[in-house]
Amino acid sequence: MSSKITRRQFAASAAAGAAIVAGVAPFNIVRAQPKALKIGSIHPRSGFQAQLGIACQRGIDIAPRVLKQLGMGADVEIMNADTESNVDIARSRAEKLINDGANVLIGAFDSGQSAAIAQVAEQKGVPYIINVAAAPQITEQGYKFVFRNFPTAPMLVGDGLNLMKAVFEKSGITPKTAVFMHVNDTFGQAMAGAIKAMAPRFNLPFQIVETIAYDPQAKDLSVEIAKAKATGAEMVMPVTRLNDAILMVREMVKQRWEPKIVMSPGAPGFYENQFYKTLGKFSNYLITNVPWYNPRSSITQKLLDEFTKSYKNELFELNVGFSFEAVMVAVDAFNRAKSTDGKALADAIRLTKIDNHVMAGGTLQFNEKGQNVNIKSVTLQNLDQRPKVVLPLDIAEDNLLLPMPSWSKR
Amino acid sequence: MPTELVFTVALQGILTGLVYGLMALGLSVIFGVVRVVNFAHGEMMTIASYGAIVAFGAWNIDPLVAMVPIAVILFALGYAMQAALINPFINRPEHSQFILLAAVAIIMVNGLLMIFGPDARSVLVDYSLDSIEIGPLLVDKVRVITATMALAITAALFAFFKLSHTGKAIRACADNHLGALVIGLNVKQLYALTFGIGSACVGAAGAMMTLLIDTTPNIGPVFTLQAFVIVIIGGLGSMPGALLGGVLIGLSEAMSGLFFAPSAKTMFGVAILILVLLFRPQGLLGRKA
Repeated sequence: MSSKITRRQFAASAAAGAAIVAGVAPFNIVRAQPKALKIGSIHPRSGFQAQLGIACQRGIDIAPRVLKQLGMGADVEIMNADTESNVDIARSRAEKLINDGANVLIGAFDSGQSAAIAQVAEQKGVPYIINVAAAPQITEQGYKFVFRNFPTAPMLVGDGLNLMKAVFEKSGITPKTAVFMHVNDTFGQAMAGAIKAMAPRFNLPFQIVETIAYDPQAKDLSVEIAKAKATGAEMVMPVTRLNDAILMVREMVKQRWEPKIVMSPGAPGFYENQFYKTLGKFSNYLITNVPWYNPRSSITQKLLDEFTKSYKNELFELNVGFSFEAVMVAVDAFNRAKSTDGKALADAIRLTKIDNHVMAGGTLQFNEKGQNVNIKSVTLQNLDQRPKVVLPLDIAEDNLLLPMPSWSKR
Repeated sequence: MPTELVFTVALQGILTGLVYGLMALGLSVIFGVVRVVNFAHGEMMTIASYGAIVAFGAWNIDPLVAMVPIAVILFALGYAMQAALINPFINRPEHSQFILLAAVAIIMVNGLLMIFGPDARSVLVDYSLDSIEIGPLLVDKVRVITATMALAITAALFAFFKLSHTGKAIRACADNHLGALVIGLNVKQLYALTFGIGSACVGAAGAMMTLLIDTTPNIGPVFTLQAFVIVIIGGLGSMPGALLGGVLIGLSEAMSGLFFAPSAKTMFGVAILILVLLFRPQGLLGRKA
């Protein structure tokens, strides 16, 4: 018998085979289980916010390892994107991450960039967990796929102003006048708006005698500090980023301006590694009221161990903590949803309830707007060139030291 | 507003402006002679700044001392760039020159990012945070030193172009390119020399700038833009114009920050630029084409 296959026989067999494959394929798709959660991490890793974006990235990179140790392990694939500290690039990078298959987005440190990413995520139906960004409007738009595990500017300011009163009470020093200096970007304006609206309600003991806004990319703050010094204010309330925080303190030293207290109502800058490296002894005694990791939490200790192993010379701070928690929220939702579908993940994130976590405050959960309202600020004071919790007393690491010693006596 | 505050801020603005002027001087010198606009100007300055940072970090050399070898290295870099890269483009359309130098700038920024990373770096010498009391005024010591150096370098450069044979030959190339060729000047070599001198100025300014501001790889384009604004205000190709433009920008930034909103400082500098372009397009001290 001939074993040759004719052209007609081959064509018929191929067609039958194709029909079988085509017929079974839909069932294969239905049966397929998601193997890995693809997390799109989007941060400013170059440009003027690069250091802070990279700090966030560190928290994300170590998160899968720590979560595995905590028994929350899942196959996670981290996809990275750089916003270049630019809102338009943030938008296009978010689109690209989603087109490349990201199931969840996490980012983006900056409010302006986060707002742009939120629009894209909502449009595409992909959950977006904001790790750091405070402009309140992002979670006031009625978005269904946007969640924020970071306080809004009014929450930051409310906590910040309350803690200010606690600092005055604890130190016995109550300033009568203050100058408010803020970076003029989305975050700075949101904070300024919140302070203006909320300060009267808090019955603060001091009067804000001058408000000074400055360019976020300022290379020199000598004029701003000269102007602030001329007010004779006893306290400075700065809302800064990192580079401008360095410029501000350096200029205060040069101009020999020694207010009794320098206390941020809730902004980055003073507690960043680069700040300590650059200013050395002049970084001490500055205060920030800010959401921070709970040094007493067992998860914080695990995260801190892993962080120290991976980044010996870097500082463990809030950007790392919130970024880790964003991954924790995504993985927790994935484990419960057992799906990478955007809607299923968003529904699962909405039902998040994590009691034991890293950042200070209550249970990690989201309200109907996608905002975690249980985060609480602490008072950090720079002591021995590192940030230490000084209030509230139940989680304090050191004692509050005020008034600040003179710049020349350090 | 207290008078001493106004005077202090004005003086700080003038001192900062003098360093801005030195930064723009290199750009002006190169354009005045070679007729090529160096779009990698700010990036070359950033390279110089990193040179000063490395010298300070590795050997504890004060940027004001490191400035000399850095200027020499930048001179060599500028000379080589002109001789090998830009001379072939001298007679090509301006957009080709622009693309070439913009590409060089991008390579420089990314090279710095790869070597040094994105972190801001600074140099903190013993006198970094010192101030000098002049009557009721308190002036930043670093600004006084750097402004004085900027003035001295500008004066030396001015003397070189006015008094030395080589300087006169370079000016001859700038005044009459064909005439310079006819009398037997090696124009290509003089162009390379000019690019080197302009780059050396940038090197000195970059080293000094580390005492005033933090350096990041991405700061180059900001410097380039600022240098452009200054030389257009002062007059492209005019050395005193670059200094005047720098002082005007420094002063306007300081005064607008004091009397209006500090966040509007840049706006006032650009407003001066627009006024100059409208009413004196050749710049305050520039010659009509």
